[in-house]
Amino acid sequence: MEIIFFYLVAFVVVVSGLLVILCKSPINCALGLVNTFFCLAIFYVMLHAPFMAAIQIMVYAGAIMVLILFVIMLLNLGTAERKRYTQGIVWSAVASLMVLANVIFFLKRGRVTGAEGDITTFMVESVGHTELIGRTMFTEFILPFEIASILLLVAIVGAVVLAKKEV
Amino acid sequence: MISVYHYMGVAGILFAMGTYGVLTRRNAIVIFMCVELMLNSVNLTFISLSAHLQNMDGQIFVFFIMAVAAAEAAVGLALMITFYRNRASIDVDDMNMLKW
Amino acid sequence: MYDKLWLIPFFPLLGCIINGLLGKRFIKNEKIIGAIGTGAVFLSFLVSCKYFFQLLGDSVKTHENIVASWITVGNLQIDWGFLFDPLSAIMLLVVTGVGSLIHLYSIGYMHGEEGFYRYFSYLNLFIFSMLMLVLGNNLLVMFVGWEGVGLCSYLLIGYYFEKKSAGDAAKKAFVMNRVGDFGFLLGLFVIFWTLGGKHGVWTLNFVEISENAHLLSGDMILGLGVTTVATLCFFLGATGKSAQLPLYTWLPDAMEGPTPVSALIHAATMVTAGVYMIGRMNVLFAMSPTTMAVIAMVGALTAIFAASIGFAQNDIKRVLAYSTVSQLGFMFVAMGVGAFTAGIFHLMTHAFFKACLFLGSGSVIHAMHHAMHKAHLDDDPQDMRNMGGLRKKMPITWATFGISCLAISGLPFFSGFFSKDEILWWAFASSRGSLLVWAIVVVAACMTAFYMFRCLIMTFHGEQKTNSKAKDYIHESPWTITVPLIVLAFLATVGGLVGIPHVIGKLIGDIPNKFEHFLAPVFEHSQQLYKIEAHGTASTEVSLMVLSVLIACVGIGVAYFMYKKNPELPAKFTSKFPKFHRFIYNKWYVDELYDSLFINSTKNLGTFCWKGFDVKVVDGIVNGVAKAVGGLSSVLRHTQTGLFQNYALTMVLGTVVMVAIFILN
Repeated sequence: MEIIFFYLVAFVVVVSGLLVILCKSPINCALGLVNTFFCLAIFYVMLHAPFMAAIQIMVYAGAIMVLILFVIMLLNLGTAERKRYTQGIVWSAVASLMVLANVIFFLKRGRVTGAEGDITTFMVESVGHTELIGRTMFTEFILPFEIASILLLVAIVGAVVLAKKEV
Repeated sequence: MISVYHYMGVAGILFAMGTYGVLTRRNAIVIFMCVELMLNSVNLTFISLSAHLQNMDGQIFVFFIMAVAAAEAAVGLALMITFYRNRASIDVDDMNMLKW
Repeated sequence: MYDKLWLIPFFPLLGCIINGLLGKRFIKNEKIIGAIGTGAVFLSFLVSCKYFFQLLGDSVKTHENIVASWITVGNLQIDWGFLFDPLSAIMLLVVTGVGSLIHLYSIGYMHGEEGFYRYFSYLNLFIFSMLMLVLGNNLLVMFVGWEGVGLCSYLLIGYYFEKKSAGDAAKKAFVMNRVGDFGFLLGLFVIFWTLGGKHGVWTLNFVEISENAHLLSGDMILGLGVTTVATLCFFLGATGKSAQLPLYTWLPDAMEGPTPVSALIHAATMVTAGVYMIGRMNVLFAMSPTTMAVIAMVGALTAIFAASIGFAQNDIKRVLAYSTVSQLGFMFVAMGVGAFTAGIFHLMTHAFFKACLFLGSGSVIHAMHHAMHKAHLDDDPQDMRNMGGLRKKMPITWATFGISCLAISGLPFFSGFFSKDEILWWAFASSRGSLLVWAIVVVAACMTAFYMFRCLIMTFHGEQKTNSKAKDYIHESPWTITVPLIVLAFLATVGGLVGIPHVIGKLIGDIPNKFEHFLAPVFEHSQQLYKIEAHGTASTEVSLMVLSVLIACVGIGVAYFMYKKNPELPAKFTSKFPKFHRFIYNKWYVDELYDSLFINSTKNLGTFCWKGFDVKVVDGIVNGVAKAVGGLSSVLRHTQTGLFQNYALTMVLGTVVMVAIFILN
């Protein structure tokens, strides 16, 4: 049952990804991307990470996509593309297929191993995912967290400076 | 049973598609979206591995990637507006002033 | 006792510095500059005299005075040290004595010249270097002086540097001297290396070299004895400095310098440095009969060769220059046959009469130049064909010049007689001498008498051939010029009396050969050790003396006959043998030979290196690299499309490959 659901969602993800890279109109691409984000959020829930799914929807589907759509509309790029593709599609296709081949080869060949932690599924469900994230974030990763906030501040200032009209 | 390999396979397909988009599209905003696609595929990998290894660190990583992606979106889109203002276009093959 | 020796070179150095640094801007006054220059050398002369007389009364004849340490490496210790013995004492007196007279003379001669201060500064520097050469107690200090006099010679020959010929002559002198200096250095290295490397005596000190020279007797290098190789190298140095075959050609050209310079450097002092050097290292030279024979032969050939060129020259200074080369040949003959004393003796007397001759010619040139200038003529003031009959106009110059001519010709009881006769006797009778050398030298002596009197007659006797406009302006030179002439003429007359040969000494009563006695401590040792002695009966010696006097008289007589009695004879002679005359007049075409042999081949080599190697190969490589890079980049720059997706594609491909490698491993 679960696996059928997974394949269904995976199919949707791939199709909406294809929309992103193949659609002529940027608006259509953006819609495909939103769809992808939602599907990924579903995956996160299936992986017992509901908090990540929530911020995936809030940050990506909410904030970033709105931003992109705003820009598209601002620049009025509806059908502005004269020609969709720039350079040798063949070469690009080869390159991306090689990327895919790499991944498949890696997955076929090796076992995914690493330092195993003690956060079992049971623990996540009993304690709560948000609390676990919060604990780790504000103890172990407090410094990167603060730096990330500064990064966002800088990005805000930079975006304002770049986008405003010449004084 | 769904294994970590399934998720990573999906992530690999998404990543390859994003790569193809980045390499072929002309519209800078579409390219930007393709980059987001690649970032998300990586996020998916992180979270699936985090669950597989029963370790929180991967999810923390995704958290930061999202922060960076938000910053990148703000700055990148501002750049595009500036470029559009100067060139009345956001096609990447117009962005060739630095060659030779 | 002898601890103030450093004062001797110090004064000229001081004079050089004062005149050189302050002369142009601050002193300016010619009289003060001249006084400083002359005074400095005269002070050295006084100090030299003091030490000379101190040495006369001293039983120990060799004194070393170390001023400062120079190089200390391992066992090698080289000092700024002075060696004071009879040989250097004689040289000191000659250099400073003749030097101060010529300085005095220069004040009058160089009057009104631009760069008067520069002239005196150089001249003082020369005296300083010469004194270092003479006084140095080791080969390196001597070499410093050796190079120093070469430098000063270059500077003073090129004194009129705005004249191209003067600049060329200076360069020629310098380059020729460098060839010789190369030999000197090689000799120095050979001695240093064999004494140190084989026998553990790391030294360049003259006294120590002389003491340890016997160690070298068995050593071989390149199939020759070490001493032979080393002394031949040193002799090459001497031929450069002392203008012997084959390196003599610079000396006649050096006459481009002011005449007092020619007198001081190119007649009296510097050119005798080679003779002095051989005398200083007589122990080494005595060990190698081969080298001695070579020296004697080269000296004899130079003597006759230069004398033959002197026959046909019309420039008064050039005649004297070739005469100098010839007389230096005599000195080398003396050194070569083991008559070290006679060689140094001739060096001294030659300094007197040749300086006098040069200064006399300078006096004539000065007067001629003055007259030409007044008459607005541009005749050559040095050409003897423009002179003649100057005897009445310039009596003092004539008298002194004549006396010196008599002295150089070797007429009895003038200084040249004693020294030259001693050389002839040794060449004939020495165990190192040979009949061939003697014969050549006798002929050369005859020729000397001939060309000197030819010069005297053409300049001072006969009818006056000067342009009539200029005639009346010729007059005797001022006292600064005539006083040195008189002093030198006096010395040229009586200077020989310090070294009266034994034979004559016995005839007139027991007058010992004081000069020989004085120098004996320097030379006696090697002469006894290697059995160098002149043996023969007194009657032979006397008859040889008479013969040489007769021969000199023949030379004088021929000159008198040809130039005084029948003045048209020389012209007839030249027209009868035009080729021969041209050959002699053009100095045997030696310069042209050197030009074609060395200079042109060097030039060709240079041209080849420039056009063949530098332009084609070096520039070719440089330009080729640039072109290759340019060509390659003009191809490669097409990969720089400026489209970021191209770059991204490349990056992706690269990353894929790297990751693939990582996975496969």
